[in-house]
Amino acid sequence: MLLEVENLVVSFPTPDGVVEAVRGISFAVDSGQTLGIVGESGSGKSVAVQTTVGLTVGARVSGRAFLEGKDLLTMSPAELRAVRGAKIGMIFQDPMSSLHPYYRVGWQIMEMIRTHQDVDKPAARARVVELLGLVGIPRPEERVNDYPHQFSGGMRQRAMIAMALALNPALLVADEPTTALDVTVQAQIMELIKHLQEELGISVILITHDLGIIADMAHEVMIMYAGKVMETAGTRSIYYSPHHPYTSALLNSLPQSGQEGQRLPSIAGQPPSLINPPSGCPFHPRCAFTMPKCRTGSPPLRLVDTSVHRSACWLPADLTGSSAETDMRRHAASAAEGSSAPVAVADSPVTDPGKDEL
Amino acid sequence: MTSRSRSQLGSQPNALVRLEGVTKHFPVRTGRLLQRSSDVVHAVDDVTMEVVRGETLGLVGETGCGKSTVARCITRLVDLTSGTVLIDGEDISRLSRRRLRPYRRRMQMIFQDPYSSLNPRRRVGSIIGDPFTIHEPKTSTDQRKQRVQHLMELVGLNPEHYNRFPAEFSGGQRQRIGVARALALQPELIVADEPVSALDVSVRAQVINLLADLQDEFHLTYVFITHDLSVVRHVSDRVAVMYLGQIVEVAGRDDLYSRPRHPYTKALQSAIPVPDPDEADRRTRTVLGGDVPSPIDPPRGCRFHPRCPKAQTRCAEEMPVLEPRLGDSFGHRVACHFPLADREELPGAPPPKVTNVASLGGPAVPMRGGDHSAIPWDTP
Repeated sequence: MLLEVENLVVSFPTPDGVVEAVRGISFAVDSGQTLGIVGESGSGKSVAVQTTVGLTVGARVSGRAFLEGKDLLTMSPAELRAVRGAKIGMIFQDPMSSLHPYYRVGWQIMEMIRTHQDVDKPAARARVVELLGLVGIPRPEERVNDYPHQFSGGMRQRAMIAMALALNPALLVADEPTTALDVTVQAQIMELIKHLQEELGISVILITHDLGIIADMAHEVMIMYAGKVMETAGTRSIYYSPHHPYTSALLNSLPQSGQEGQRLPSIAGQPPSLINPPSGCPFHPRCAFTMPKCRTGSPPLRLVDTSVHRSACWLPADLTGSSAETDMRRHAASAAEGSSAPVAVADSPVTDPGKDEL
Repeated sequence: MTSRSRSQLGSQPNALVRLEGVTKHFPVRTGRLLQRSSDVVHAVDDVTMEVVRGETLGLVGETGCGKSTVARCITRLVDLTSGTVLIDGEDISRLSRRRLRPYRRRMQMIFQDPYSSLNPRRRVGSIIGDPFTIHEPKTSTDQRKQRVQHLMELVGLNPEHYNRFPAEFSGGQRQRIGVARALALQPELIVADEPVSALDVSVRAQVINLLADLQDEFHLTYVFITHDLSVVRHVSDRVAVMYLGQIVEVAGRDDLYSRPRHPYTKALQSAIPVPDPDEADRRTRTVLGGDVPSPIDPPRGCRFHPRCPKAQTRCAEEMPVLEPRLGDSFGHRVACHFPLADREELPGAPPPKVTNVASLGGPAVPMRGGDHSAIPWDTP
C-alpha cells in the first residue's frame, strides 16, 4: 500500500458548533491504482484527503495516515512540506485561482522544482518545458513565458498537472479536476490523467461528484456521505451490484438513456448538516429501507461479497444490486415489525472480519 | 417532457417564441484612456429558431457559446444588436420598457446559482412576492401572502418558512424559491438557465421532477439551457446545439441522439462520461483537440472547422447554412458542409498531444547546464 489512512476524524470548531466533517474513515491506495472518492457537497470527501496531506488549517484531527510507512499526521510542517510536491502532487478544481496571476506559468512551475531540489535555473527551465510538452501544451518553449491569463481554462489545468508531476510524485491527488471545465475539455484532461498514470505508474486519488468520470477512471471507488464511508468496492461492483441503498439511489437518480421524460427516482430530503449529524446511519432519514436499528446503531463497514466490497449498512450482505430491491424492502419491513429489537446480523454470511486491516 | 408537444416542423403557427436572425454583440473596451470600443464579442450571431407552445427546448453548448445570451435575448434582458424576437407573432425586440411589461409577465427566468440570484437580506416571502408588487400593485398584503404561501406549497417548500432568509435554505430549496418566483404570475414561458447545474446529484433529480410536474400542471413552455447533455436529453423534446454563437444543429431529442449530423454534436456526445464502467471501456471516444476559439475573432467559414476532424478547405471559406441534410425532415437541421451519415463515426481526432512520455519514465532526463545535470526525477 502506498497510502493508508486509518480511522481519520476531522472536525472544525465554528461559532455555530463543531462541524464533524469526517467521522472515522479508513482507506488505502495501492501503487499504480486510481481510487475514486465520490460524494455530494459536504460529504467530507475533500476534507478527508486534504487533511491527509496537511492542508486543513484549524481543524481537530485524529487518526493516522501512512505514506510509505511514515505518518503524515504527526509530521512537522517542514517535513510535510518536503513530502508535499515531492511525493504527492495535487490539482484542484479551479485552475483560475490555483495559479498566481502575477507570475509567468513557467516561473511558477520552476519555483516549485527549485524549492524542493537544488537545481539551477536553466536545468529547471528545461524541465518545465519538457513537462508542459508532456501535458500537451503546444509550443511549450514559447508558452513557458506566458502569464496564466494567456492560457485557456483547459491549458491552465494542464499547467497545474505539469506542476503536480514536476517532481515525479508517487501519488496524484485530483480534487474535482474537471468540474470547472467544459465537457470536451474535461474529456481531454481525463484522457491526459489516465494516459500519464499508465505511463508513469503513479497512484491517483480522484475526488469528484460525477459518477460518469469515476466509471471511466477509477479502479476502486469509495462512496462518502455525511463524513462517513458508505460503501467501498471495485468500480464494477459499485456500478453493477451496489449494496448500500445510498449508492443505489445515487446511481438511479442519474438520467439514463431510454428513460427520457420519465420521472427520475430522486432521493427525498437534503443531505444532513454535519453540526449535529443524524444518529445511527447518517442516511437513515432519506433511506427507503430504514429499520429501527438504523436509527440507533451506526453500521460498521463490513464485507458484502468479494474481498474488497464493503458496505456500511445493516441490510443482509447477500442483497446487492437493483434486483435485490424487493428482498431489501421485505427485510426492512419485517425488521420494522419486530419492533425495536435489533435485527439479527446472523442472516448475513459474512460478518466483519477485517475492519482494521482496511 | 410532455408527449403532447412533439413538434416536427420548423415554421409552426404554434410557435410561442420565434427568433429571426438574432444577433448580439458586446463591445470590448480597449484603450483605457478613450474607452474606444474596437472589438466586439460575437456572443450570438444570426440565430433563427422557434419554441413551440408546450414543448421543452433544450439549448446545449459549452462555456461562451452564447446559450445564456440567447436566453437573455428571448426575455429581452439585453437589447439585440440586430434581428427580431417574436412572442406569439408580436415583435418585442424594439418595444420600450413600458410596452414590454405585459410580455414580461408571460415569460420568466430561473437562474443557475441559487445563492447569488436571491437577495440575502430579504425574506423569502417578499422575494417570491416581488412579481405581484411589480405587476399587480393592487394586491393587498394579505392576498399577497396567501398567494406566496400557495406558491411555496406548490414547489415543495414549507409555507410556514415565509419569513425566513435565503441563507436558512439549502441549495435545492433555494432553487425551489427561484422556481416559485418564476411561477408567480402564471407565465407561459420559462427560460431556465442551468437550473440544476449547481445542485448535488441527489437533489438535482428532485428539481428536474418538480419542473416536469409544473409543466404538466400549468402547460408551461420551457427553454432549458444547460451544458449537461445527459440532463438535456432527459428533459427536452427538441434540442438545439450551439457553438460559438451559432446553432449548429437542431433536432428532436431522439433524432439528435441517435443520428447526430454535426461533428460537434457527435463529439459532445462522446465526451459525456457515462456512469457505466463497461460502456466507458467499450465506446470509442472522440476527444476534440484544442479549446473553443475566442468569440472576439471567431474563425471564418464554419466556426467549428479548426477543431473538426472532418474539416476541408471549403469549411474554412464558406459558412454552412442551417438546413435539413441527407434527406432529413425540416425538424432536423444541421449547419455543416459534410454532415455525418447514420452511424458514421468521426475519424479519430488528434489525441491530446503527449510528447516525450518515455523520457519521463526513463532513469534520467537529459538536462542542460550546471553541475546538477543528473536530477533525480524518479522517486525510488
